[in-house]
Amino acid sequence: MGNFFKRLFAKPDNQRKEITVPRAALVQASEASTAPLDENQIEGLTRAHRIEPPQLVVGMGRNQGRQRDNNEDALFAHTATISTSSATLPLGIFIVADGMGGHENGHIASDIAVRAMSNYLFKNLHASLFGVHPEPPQESLQEIMRQGVLRAHEEILRAAPGGGTTLTAALVLNSQMTVAHVGDSRAYSIFLDGRVQTLTRDHSIVKRFQELGQITAEEATVHPQKSMLYRALGQGDSLEPDVFTAQLPQPGYLLICSDGLWGVMTEDELFDIVVSAPNPQMACQSLVDAANDAGGPDNITAILVRLVE
Amino acid sequence: MDRYQIQEVIGSGGMGTVYRARDTHFQAVRLVAIKEMISNIADPLVRKNIDQIYERESNILAALRHQSIPRIYDYHTQNDRAYLVMEYVNGRDMDDLLTATTTFFPEEQILNWAVELCDVLEYLHNHKPEPIIFRDMKPSNIMINQQNHVVLVDFGIAKVFESGSKNTMVGTQGYSPPDQYRGEATPAVDVYALGASLHHLLTLRDPRLEAPFSWADRPIKQINPNVSDELVAVVEKALQYSADDRFKSAAEMKDALLSVARRTGTLIHSGMMSLPTGSSSTTSRGVKALWIFECEDEIRGTPLYYGGGLFVGCYDNNLYALDASNGEFKWKYATDGGLPGRPAFFDGNVFVGSEDQRLHVVSARTGSVVWTYFSDGPMRSSPRIAEGHAFIGSDDGYLHAVNVSTGRASWKTEAAAAIRSTPCVTSDYVYVGNEAGELLCVDFRGNVKWRFKSKRAISSSPIATPEAVFVGSLEGTLFALDPQSGWTLWRFRLGKGTVSSPAVSGKMVFIGASDNVIYAVDAASAKELWRFTTEHQVSATPMVYKDSIYCGSVDGHLYCLEMKTGRLKWAFATEGPITGSAVANEDIIYFGSTDKKVYALLA
Ligand SMILES: Nc1ncnc2c1ncn2[C@@H]1O[C@H](COP(=O)(O)OP(=O)(O)O)[C@@H](O)[C@H]1O
Ligand SMILES: [Mg+2]
Repeated sequence: MGNFFKRLFAKPDNQRKEITVPRAALVQASEASTAPLDENQIEGLTRAHRIEPPQLVVGMGRNQGRQRDNNEDALFAHTATISTSSATLPLGIFIVADGMGGHENGHIASDIAVRAMSNYLFKNLHASLFGVHPEPPQESLQEIMRQGVLRAHEEILRAAPGGGTTLTAALVLNSQMTVAHVGDSRAYSIFLDGRVQTLTRDHSIVKRFQELGQITAEEATVHPQKSMLYRALGQGDSLEPDVFTAQLPQPGYLLICSDGLWGVMTEDELFDIVVSAPNPQMACQSLVDAANDAGGPDNITAILVRLVE
Repeated sequence: MDRYQIQEVIGSGGMGTVYRARDTHFQAVRLVAIKEMISNIADPLVRKNIDQIYERESNILAALRHQSIPRIYDYHTQNDRAYLVMEYVNGRDMDDLLTATTTFFPEEQILNWAVELCDVLEYLHNHKPEPIIFRDMKPSNIMINQQNHVVLVDFGIAKVFESGSKNTMVGTQGYSPPDQYRGEATPAVDVYALGASLHHLLTLRDPRLEAPFSWADRPIKQINPNVSDELVAVVEKALQYSADDRFKSAAEMKDALLSVARRTGTLIHSGMMSLPTGSSSTTSRGVKALWIFECEDEIRGTPLYYGGGLFVGCYDNNLYALDASNGEFKWKYATDGGLPGRPAFFDGNVFVGSEDQRLHVVSARTGSVVWTYFSDGPMRSSPRIAEGHAFIGSDDGYLHAVNVSTGRASWKTEAAAAIRSTPCVTSDYVYVGNEAGELLCVDFRGNVKWRFKSKRAISSSPIATPEAVFVGSLEGTLFALDPQSGWTLWRFRLGKGTVSSPAVSGKMVFIGASDNVIYAVDAASAKELWRFTTEHQVSATPMVYKDSIYCGSVDGHLYCLEMKTGRLKWAFATEGPITGSAVANEDIIYFGSTDKKVYALLA
């Protein structure tokens, strides 16, 4: 406790020294080794300790697939970093929308969805994030996300009646993410230790049958109503998005994707591709390729996010 | 259409707008309802489809004669518009009633409506040559007229499901059964949707906002304990997943409802289960006190259990030490003020704040004083010990960090208002609320990292997890804040303000409020998981032990609730309001009451 105690109650100017501890340890380690370390090893070691400022690295993939005539999926990704004396804040907004085929205006709906959502988030968070004298937003982050979804929903009802779309959006601030979700696109946490967690719940009727034990997972994948949603943007008069806050998987990845990806791949396959790729950008291209190799029955969209710190 | 004088819009929904109009062909004022559909859809096929829906609706309606079905007067298309002129129902639709109400509907009322709805369904299902399946039974399609009778509107659903491609269903998600998603249209579909509407009326929980077929997740009695078991059984039968398990017909359901009415005498049941009061050693469900110890004044705070001892602050100004196994008195230590908080233990000593403005530190073994620390106001906050310091707030408006070995302040941070909240200490920060409604995040040097502002006092004590800092406010809100930035992650509205502090277990957060309720809320999504209503304000802090929640109420009871469901396991009556929290050790629950007594119960 002694050390900790010192850190806590030490004078501010002593603080700097404390932060350098990991680096000091690193220097000692390399001095002690008999052979000099090469560039990569040094970089690897440094990385293992800290990247400053913490930042988001993002990859994306969007592809029509092999069996559809058009691409009704849409994606949006934005990252920003503020690192000043007053705050260090990596920020990201990531959205995937899957327009509903067989509906009028499916592709228009997904287009409107990502634009309306991102637009709402920017408007409502801009001053708090990028203002000269930033103040926390009046509304809670979950409320802002919820309102963003409702705006997008109304906008679709107005501008593309009959159109429907899924929407899965994540607002990342620091190591925390607030997710809003409607439909059957998904968000996953992929941990480097091999765990893959589905964060979202599909709003599909077949998933519901499955949750109730009425059909098996196998039956679900071939069920005729496989893609019938009980909740979608642009559909029905009342809409209740799922909204929740969770920690970014650390160390790991956040993956947001449409059913064109998750529908044809197991979680193990997702994990293998993601961790074996050199970076998130390449990982997304490999994910798209793998979905196409599996037949590419639907449009494929993926956003992969990693917080490095 | 010139003969109709439009007066106002009375509804709009999936298919169009409904107006109230005056029919000028009649000398006497005759009001009609006109349902208008403008097809702004360019696709002529889709448009034709919608026109056909209109035509079908009007034809069906025109032929029907039932007191719960509006008469149809006219049908008409004009360019891109279609009109249906019908009897105006002077009343409100049930969706309006549901939105407007703040209290549960009486069971008797719901029974009457339900019987009438079965009656009109029975009529439709026996229609010749073809049975008519309504297919969209739900509150917004049920009107209640001035005579308090039901009228069904909106016979508009006739679309067949498309399969294969992604689509949502016709009918209404939330009210429709699984078989309807498969495209079936049988009387069982209407029976289910009626069951769903009744569930909504009984619980005031909108099924459109929940996953379909999720009734098992929100049992009626858990939300509205007033409903009779008999009615619950009828609704549950109507809501069976497979059509075969529901009532065979609306007629059969009507009979079941009528026998409920007979059996329960359609009496309005009293609000709460009645709990015995008075006797403090035994009470409902045979919960007996293991021992009781009586002090000389009210106990408003929370005991501390440590190493076989129980330490309790009392308003007779004493800190008591009892033998936890039998309630035997060991020692007492007198301060010069009431002891409202919860003592803390560190290194053989007990720390406690007093209204005499001091933090007292006494030997746990002997009760002799080790040191005292003076602030400039009563200390109603409780000490938290971490990193060699006792962190405690005072009415003097400061958060004090007092060195445990020297008894001197390492720093104090100005909060600008009295601190009655107990600090929460994590490995990075100290969080504490003040009476000006702020939550402060202070680093270990005493610097304020951020301040969160609520509208009313935060006397509630925050609790932090890596994901969020949870705290209640007198403004009637439970907040989840980002631990780093202080930004609000979510707000959960309580019926009234609170001084109770949240407790966390896994993904669940629990808190009491002055609206008499103990709430369980999902930590990630702020969804209410359950609520339990006591008979008076809940200012105590819920305590989580194993799979139960223990929480006192100003109604004098200590309640033991099932953590997952909020179901009452038992309640133990004392003779005064309980404002402090309970503590648990080895399946024994300890707590104090303002009836001056300390109780030990089996968990
Ligand atoms: N005959 C009527 N008299 C009075 N109000 C009506 C009548 N018909 C419909 N309404 C009101 O208009 C609302 C919408 O009508 P409805 O026929 O259900 O249209 P939609 O197809 O848009 O749901 C109803 O919920 C009700 O409040
Ligand atoms: Mg309607």
